[in-house]
Amino acid sequence: MDSDEDERIPFSQRAEWSDVKPVSQDDGPNPVVPIAYTDDFRETMDYFRAVYQSDERTHRSLALTEEAIDMNAGNYTVWHFRRLILETLNADLHNELDFIERIAKSNSKNYQIWHHRRWVAEKLGTKATELELDFTRKVLSLDAKHYHAWSHRQWSLQVLGGWEEELDYCGKLIEEDIFNNSAWNQRYFVITRSPLLGGLQAMRESEVRYTVEAILANPDNESPWRYLRGLYKGDTSLLLSDPQVVSVCLKVLSTSMNCVFALSLLLDLLCLGFQPDQEFKSVVESLRTSDSATPDSNLAKTVCSVLERVDSLRSNYWAWRKNNLPSPAVQS
Amino acid sequence: MDPISSIPTVTQREQWTVEEMVSEIYQLFSSVPHHAQTIMLELRRDQHIEFLTRGLRQLGPSFRVLDANRPWLCYWILHSIALLGESIFSDLENNSIDFLNRCQDPDGGYGGGPGQLPHLATTYAAVNALMTLGGQKALSSINRDKMRTFLLRMKDPSGGFRMHDGGEMDVRACYTAISVASVLNILDPELVENVGNYILSCQTYEGGIAGEPGSEAHGGYTFCGLATMILINESQRLDLRSLIDWVAFRQGVECGFQGRANKLVDGCYSFWQGAVFALIQRLNSIIVEQLRALDVGGSLSWRSICTGAASNLSEGECGSDVKSYQTDERFHAKQKEFSDIGLNFIKIPAELGPLFHSVALQQYILLCSQVQDGGFRDKPGKHRDYYHTCYCLSGLAVCQYSWCKDADSPPLPKAVLGPHSNLLEPIHPLFNVVLHRYYEAHNFFMGS
Repeated sequence: MDSDEDERIPFSQRAEWSDVKPVSQDDGPNPVVPIAYTDDFRETMDYFRAVYQSDERTHRSLALTEEAIDMNAGNYTVWHFRRLILETLNADLHNELDFIERIAKSNSKNYQIWHHRRWVAEKLGTKATELELDFTRKVLSLDAKHYHAWSHRQWSLQVLGGWEEELDYCGKLIEEDIFNNSAWNQRYFVITRSPLLGGLQAMRESEVRYTVEAILANPDNESPWRYLRGLYKGDTSLLLSDPQVVSVCLKVLSTSMNCVFALSLLLDLLCLGFQPDQEFKSVVESLRTSDSATPDSNLAKTVCSVLERVDSLRSNYWAWRKNNLPSPAVQS
Repeated sequence: MDPISSIPTVTQREQWTVEEMVSEIYQLFSSVPHHAQTIMLELRRDQHIEFLTRGLRQLGPSFRVLDANRPWLCYWILHSIALLGESIFSDLENNSIDFLNRCQDPDGGYGGGPGQLPHLATTYAAVNALMTLGGQKALSSINRDKMRTFLLRMKDPSGGFRMHDGGEMDVRACYTAISVASVLNILDPELVENVGNYILSCQTYEGGIAGEPGSEAHGGYTFCGLATMILINESQRLDLRSLIDWVAFRQGVECGFQGRANKLVDGCYSFWQGAVFALIQRLNSIIVEQLRALDVGGSLSWRSICTGAASNLSEGECGSDVKSYQTDERFHAKQKEFSDIGLNFIKIPAELGPLFHSVALQQYILLCSQVQDGGFRDKPGKHRDYYHTCYCLSGLAVCQYSWCKDADSPPLPKAVLGPHSNLLEPIHPLFNVVLHRYYEAHNFFMGS
């Protein structure tokens, strides 16, 4: 890149640009937040403004937008004009994918790159299915929580398809890093939206097993706990009646008494009207330490008190929960 | 899945590195005498002002990557200065108004620099910057009629907004469009139509809000989504209970906020997540109603308030035949209702205290994000920048006023960590503009 810049010939000295009069930026006499542009940058943008204002959609304009994007990939006006040119020239969009990949290499955290990629892939249609999965896989291999890459992958799956191996892909990423919440989110996306899997209801049983195993492997990991709740979204009665939910909480608490995620799920169950059995009651009672002299009047309050103590950073939140317990929880 | 004893994952390794850096700072802090602690906690006002005004006057060549974000640079800097209770010289003020006007498109909206396409994010930044400057000249420089045309042009038939002509559609776009329309008093049923449905479709199983339907719950989008829902009077459609639970868990052992579950702490979320709490504090009656639904009829009616109430609203009020009632009195009645939401919201007494640890967050901002030579950063080891300076200071203001029931009243001394000179100006949490400038703009645009 650096050697390229050294050899760069100014537009003013390029024969093919001799007919164009550069347009300087209308910054006014005393602009605020003025940027000390380098000569290269200023000149490139001056020529860009010239072709943009005259709406010149030619091959040389296309090449110019590439140079401008190289200097600042965040300039959405340049990207927008590039799309107009590509359309006019009916350009080969496969080359465009290579261009995006090259730009993304230096910095892929930018809305413009991904919006452009979506535009190109949409035009290519199902020809791009594999390419988009590969591209996002490549980006995610460097940063497995890349927000734009995941959004693009989801868009691509929904519009272009390619769902076949997506659940395995999520499984692989979760196996690599069980704390990768983005991979868990993708897993939820797949089990609820994949046309091949039959939806949440069909997937629930096996997913609960998978999630419980993940929780037991690492109870201090928030991701599977939230995922587990998500598996019962819209079906509270099932959340309350499925013995696996309460049992994973009790099992975790039997070895790590202060596990905030287990306690918080227990609290939610009680708030939703869960009817605790004797085992449940005795586990909660055992969590109470000798220092809490006055016993709370019911289980949900006890759990809140324990949480206030073991999760003191969130004590305001747990106190608020304690003061706002719904009546089903207070009755238990 | 391997048990705990196995090799640490990428998430764990990165998390531990940050925890170590932060704990070193906190250990140092707790080892020094009280007067030294006070010095460590002091907001370096002079250094911040110097860093900020220097940027307003001149930026180096490396800022070319922000050449399409110059109204943002204006807003980040001007809002930071306003939070510090300072004002800028009148030459800089006039130059700011003149420069932003050069970014205004003849057909409405503001671009990232002179001659650039108008963009919703830079439009929001420019309008907020002009509000922050305040005064007749700044406020009247905004072309409201053309602004409405621009906002309508950005509206997608699905209900969401695109950032610019042919641009991307997400929750950010909804917030920036609705926020601008609200402060300029041009919000109406046509702009609002189906926005609520779009935001609702972005609330995830975790409880927070994502940028697009299906994506991961995220601090920035959660703020944008919740603020939008409040501004269009539809916050009761969100599952606020799970949203609050999600955001409560975003504050970590470092004392600052992370943006998503199992991600690293970052000073900018002091505002994005912190302000979600500030908004929640004024939603008490709606939250109580949602909790009561759980109470009365158990889980069934709980669900119906989250989903059923929604469909009632979209079928009736937000009607599918907006065009036909445009001539109707109801259209104007609705418009009138929207115009006061921002003001009424801040007048509601905060019945709830903060549901996060406000002193801990101030500790993170002052000890870990603050740079001694001026400016704020994401976390120790990172460089300062104007974005983080703006959002760390905004988050600090949210903390300081978090125990105030009345938005206009000064906080109790114990709510402000460090010397009392640390006290910042209060903000309006829906717009992130200093409160008195919001009032001024509201009056100005109500009259016009």
